[in-house]
Amino acid sequence: MTIQGKTWKFGDHINTDLILPGPVMLMPYDEQPRHVFAANRPGWVDEVGAGDVLIAGRNFGTGSGRPAARSLKVLGLSCLVAESINGLFFRNCVNYGFYAMECPGVSEAFEEGDVAEVDFAAFTVRNARTGQTLQGRTFPDMLLKIIEAGGIYPLMEAEGMLADPNPETA
Amino acid sequence: MGMTMIEKILARSAGLPGVAPGDVVTVNVGTAVVIDQNFMHNRMREPKRVWDADKVVIMLDHIAPADTPMRANIHKAARKFAEKQGIGKFHDVNGGLGICHQLVADYGYALPGSVLACVDSHTCSAGAFNCAARGIGHPEMAWVLATGRTWFPVVETVRYEFVSELPRVLNGKDVILHIANTYGDHAMQNVEFGGPGVAGMSMNMRRTIATMCAEISTEFAVFEADERCIEHVRSQNPDAVFEPQAADPDAVYADVRTVDLGALEPLVAFPDTVVRNSRPVSEAADVRIDQAFIGSCANGTLDDFEVAATVLKGRKIAAGTRLIVTPGSQAVLLEATRRGYVETLLEAGAVVTNSTCGACCGYSNGVLGAGEVCITASTRNFKGRMGSPEASIYLASPATVAASAVRGSIADPREMM
Ligand code: SF4
Repeated sequence: MTIQGKTWKFGDHINTDLILPGPVMLMPYDEQPRHVFAANRPGWVDEVGAGDVLIAGRNFGTGSGRPAARSLKVLGLSCLVAESINGLFFRNCVNYGFYAMECPGVSEAFEEGDVAEVDFAAFTVRNARTGQTLQGRTFPDMLLKIIEAGGIYPLMEAEGMLADPNPETA
Repeated sequence: MGMTMIEKILARSAGLPGVAPGDVVTVNVGTAVVIDQNFMHNRMREPKRVWDADKVVIMLDHIAPADTPMRANIHKAARKFAEKQGIGKFHDVNGGLGICHQLVADYGYALPGSVLACVDSHTCSAGAFNCAARGIGHPEMAWVLATGRTWFPVVETVRYEFVSELPRVLNGKDVILHIANTYGDHAMQNVEFGGPGVAGMSMNMRRTIATMCAEISTEFAVFEADERCIEHVRSQNPDAVFEPQAADPDAVYADVRTVDLGALEPLVAFPDTVVRNSRPVSEAADVRIDQAFIGSCANGTLDDFEVAATVLKGRKIAAGTRLIVTPGSQAVLLEATRRGYVETLLEAGAVVTNSTCGACCGYSNGVLGAGEVCITASTRNFKGRMGSPEASIYLASPATVAASAVRGSIADPREMM
């Protein structure tokens, strides 16, 4: 799987409360992604386009177990490449079917707006402008398969493991 | 090659002779903790059948009692799920109400040597009980409930050796702020705590430290199981079968760091993060506060009520300042009432609430407005965490928070204890 997209750059320790603020979680599910980064980068949700790539620094997604990765996916981002990704956030990326890779050196290698080519077979990231290719950290096939399936729910659905959603809490 | 405590728990739970950093292992889950948040927006799609109803616990905590019809529906969904799946361990809005991580500790649901999973990031709290406990997010919880299994990466371990004894005024909060300040975050690392200093730490204090490990981004954070730990679990959960895990003598660590507890002083984390962002309380002394908060899964214990009452005995909260105290569970509130701590707090002018997450996550009972300044003894001081993104959140121990409430600005508790 190779993803190509325009990049947006964020710094170190971008936390879940910036991605999805607490009070926003009480809003209807479909409205929540509209408030991503409202505190640190207001207006960004109107600029980001389908297929764009998020480049970030160290420990991206530190904080809560809330569905912040889902919000990034719903906004249309195709993947996340960060110096490092918080363990719980990475789990949520896998389980919501959002492609994510750790790649040391990625912050230096990209200026915002550069086009990235992210290869989830070789786990490499290439900057189309500079031609530089970086090696990311691999993860097992078992996890890649969950992402490719669109997350854990489609897999469980296919196995007949899930009950119908509760209309009262939708 | 020897294994660390966490490696041994993971190996045991995976049915493997050994694991090493770099592995990704599939483990059996010993306890699965479901909370009200799971049912919100169907975040956790319900499995048709739970793998083992005896291993599942359900708790209403983030907003309980319900504050809106939406929350009432979330609670209804949780009750229905418990009934349908035959889950007996259900903490509803009654005497058993409390914040999930506090209840996991108090009811002995965290079994030494086993794996515990919950959606919430502060699940590492149960590491105080030698339990490999981790927040796993909502979709993964559905998988765990259906199969009783999940996966974890095995990462390198840092060991902290506690030596000497913590001065009486200090709290586990000061210990973890010191670690976060000195060593920064621990992303993609496990942390284990041991050494002679552990024996003098109450289970509540260990739990404050383990809970706060979410703030330094550890994968797992686990304490050695000593007699005090094992006795606690046995007394609260007499039927439980468990096998604590100690590190092998030749375990391999990324680093071993000694913390001299006796040399620590009260620290205050400045707004937005606790990572490399704390200073001695004296350096924050002129910061005026609007609100002081004691509560959350990290510091809503009986110990914390006791220390707050000690500071506030015969004193009053400063005019223009409010102190909100939220117990970790209704059982804590009951005992704090019996011992007279609640009366002391109320006489001083504090507002004592029911047990819930409340102000900690900016949902209820003390949400901050724009421009307000709060000092909190909860878990997390991210921008916007307790309400407005334009509020400033300082984070410290319950003693420091109580002293600050008296002064109306950040204060050193050593002057009042
Ligand atoms: S008290 Fe705060 S940190 Fe603890 S579970 Fe509740 S919201 Fe999370």
